[in-house]
Amino acid sequence: MAVPFSYSLRNLWTRRMTTILTVAGMALVVFVFATILMLAEGLERTLVETGSADNVVVIRKGSASEVMSGVERAQAAVVEVQPEVAVGRDGRRLLAKELVVLIALPKRGNGKASNVVLRGVGPASLELRPQVRLVAGRLPRMGSSEVMAGRSVVKGFQGVGLNERVCCGLRDWRVVGVFDAGNTGFSSEIWGDADQFMQAFRRPAYSSVLFKLRDAREFPAVKARLETDPRLPLEAKRETRYYLDQSEIMAKFLRILGVSLTVIFSIGAMLGAMITMYSAVANRTAEIGTLRALGFRRRNILIAFLMESLLLGFIGGAVGIACSSLTQLLTISTLNFQTFSELAFRFTLSPAIAAQAMGFSLGMGFIGGVLPALRASRLNIVDALRAV
Amino acid sequence: MTTEAPAPIIDVQGVSKSYRRGELVVPVLHDITFTIAPGEFLSLMGPSGSGKSTLLNLVAGIDHVDGGRIIVEGVDITRLTETELARWRANSVGFIFQFYNLIPVLTALENVELPLHLSGLSRRARREHALTALDLVGLSHRLDHFPGQLSGGEQQRVAIARAVVTDPTVLVADEPTGDLDRVSAGEVLDMMARLNRELGKTIVMVTHDPRAAARAHLKRHLDKGVLSADDPSENPD
Ligand SMILES: Nc1ncnc2c1ncn2[C@@H]1O[C@H](COP(=O)(O)OP(=O)(O)OP(=O)(O)O)[C@@H](O)[C@H]1O
Ligand SMILES: [Mg+2]
Repeated sequence: MAVPFSYSLRNLWTRRMTTILTVAGMALVVFVFATILMLAEGLERTLVETGSADNVVVIRKGSASEVMSGVERAQAAVVEVQPEVAVGRDGRRLLAKELVVLIALPKRGNGKASNVVLRGVGPASLELRPQVRLVAGRLPRMGSSEVMAGRSVVKGFQGVGLNERVCCGLRDWRVVGVFDAGNTGFSSEIWGDADQFMQAFRRPAYSSVLFKLRDAREFPAVKARLETDPRLPLEAKRETRYYLDQSEIMAKFLRILGVSLTVIFSIGAMLGAMITMYSAVANRTAEIGTLRALGFRRRNILIAFLMESLLLGFIGGAVGIACSSLTQLLTISTLNFQTFSELAFRFTLSPAIAAQAMGFSLGMGFIGGVLPALRASRLNIVDALRAV
Repeated sequence: MTTEAPAPIIDVQGVSKSYRRGELVVPVLHDITFTIAPGEFLSLMGPSGSGKSTLLNLVAGIDHVDGGRIIVEGVDITRLTETELARWRANSVGFIFQFYNLIPVLTALENVELPLHLSGLSRRARREHALTALDLVGLSHRLDHFPGQLSGGEQQRVAIARAVVTDPTVLVADEPTGDLDRVSAGEVLDMMARLNRELGKTIVMVTHDPRAAARAHLKRHLDKGVLSADDPSENPD
């Protein structure tokens, strides 16, 4: 009951130069749109994967991240004896008192200094973070000036390779190992003994206490107890939540930026589609008259032309998404605004982003095509036929 | 024996039509009345601008009268809504145009199949009908050619196949040979005569070409909005 689909498709093919240019404009907008969303997604995922659901981070109340937090030794000791803390195979509590210090290191390439997280860890830290795996060298010995560096740090900064020395806090730290923590934020950190770091950087307090729950459901109980204890100015968060909070502002900023930027760009692409479609209608006026004479209705004409511009949107969307998926091969690093340190992550194309980008592109095709299609459908048959 | 005229298939009663050009109202047809019997082959001649195409368009249901009635096969098409009129055209009229008006992006076969997309026929039935129609005009060997790859005469034959594929009772043709050389024009006219003779199609043909008009059974002359049954040889354009 309609103009065949191949009619719309072949008309696009017949004027392929115009089609390619129009599609290119749309694809560019879709590319920017998808890439920025992928950036936000990648950032969020990196930070979320950094945490695990049955770990609890305890920091000072009101501090957004470990960098600004401080947990005194006495306070940490109170946390350590909570009954909900899981016990490891060796009988020791799965709890780590950690220190986070920012140091400036020269980046590879331009040599500019950028912040890197130096994490002082305890014996349980590794077990609490199963994502962290040694890939070269060995683990640093506790009580020594040895450290291990995350893979992204090794890749992105100068002088952090295996057996090199990092100089900071009045001491030299020897890199004895390189670790990989997958897609997580830990890959952008350097780890060493917390107590050594406290001495070297003259810190009287830890930054955070991290522990594993013996049962993930006990989180509300331990949270309530810790937060209502008058001796403790502390706050407990699930580790996943803690890292998600860190990514939230940045991800939100990126999404708002991305969407508003591409909405502005899309006006250009929609005008392009509109001009293309208006000229298609003008060139095919007699053809439209013929179709109407043969018995096709206004609605059939409207749909045929709308289909054509939706197809433009579809192709533009597909090309844009395909190009943006290539960015997944890149690793980029950016400043984590919560910790002011470098964070390496990847563009991540999720099905939701692909669907949103395709929807956006089809929307451009629709908006660009609706007025020309309406004009086509409203042509007077006799006038249209005289336009040979 | 009395010869009783059969009920007309097309009954045009007091039709008038004028066009508005800005402030100016241009009267084209005034109180035209005539009938066409089923199976008739009528040619309509007359000077340029006399309103031949306008009259044809009204009979074919693609233009609207200002006054009067047009009854085709018992249906007063001046009273149909736009949607009903579109359906009526799809079922009851076949169009043949001066410039063939084939869809350039569709092959000969697809062009002929096109009107059948409005019929609810299955894909296979559509194809069979279209093949039969193309066979009828002798173009079975040109199925996959696009209009641009066909000669003018061949294009017009494809257009004729498209016009008859829905098996309409009435064919309207506006200067069907106006853009063709003499040989091709002859072929096209032969084909139309055959459709009239063998399939009983009622044909209304507007033409400037006396040779084309000569193929019709009945000649009408339109001048200054007045229709007459003149012999064109007495009243040359
Ligand atoms: N859509 C229109 N708007 C304004 N005037 C029109 C319109 N269609 C036709 N006319 C006028 O109506 C008159 C009759 O036109 P029509 O096309 O019916 O003539 P015709 O007899 O077919 O001429 P020709 O032999 O040149 O094709 C002409 O003066 C034409 O200018
Ligand atoms: Mg005319």
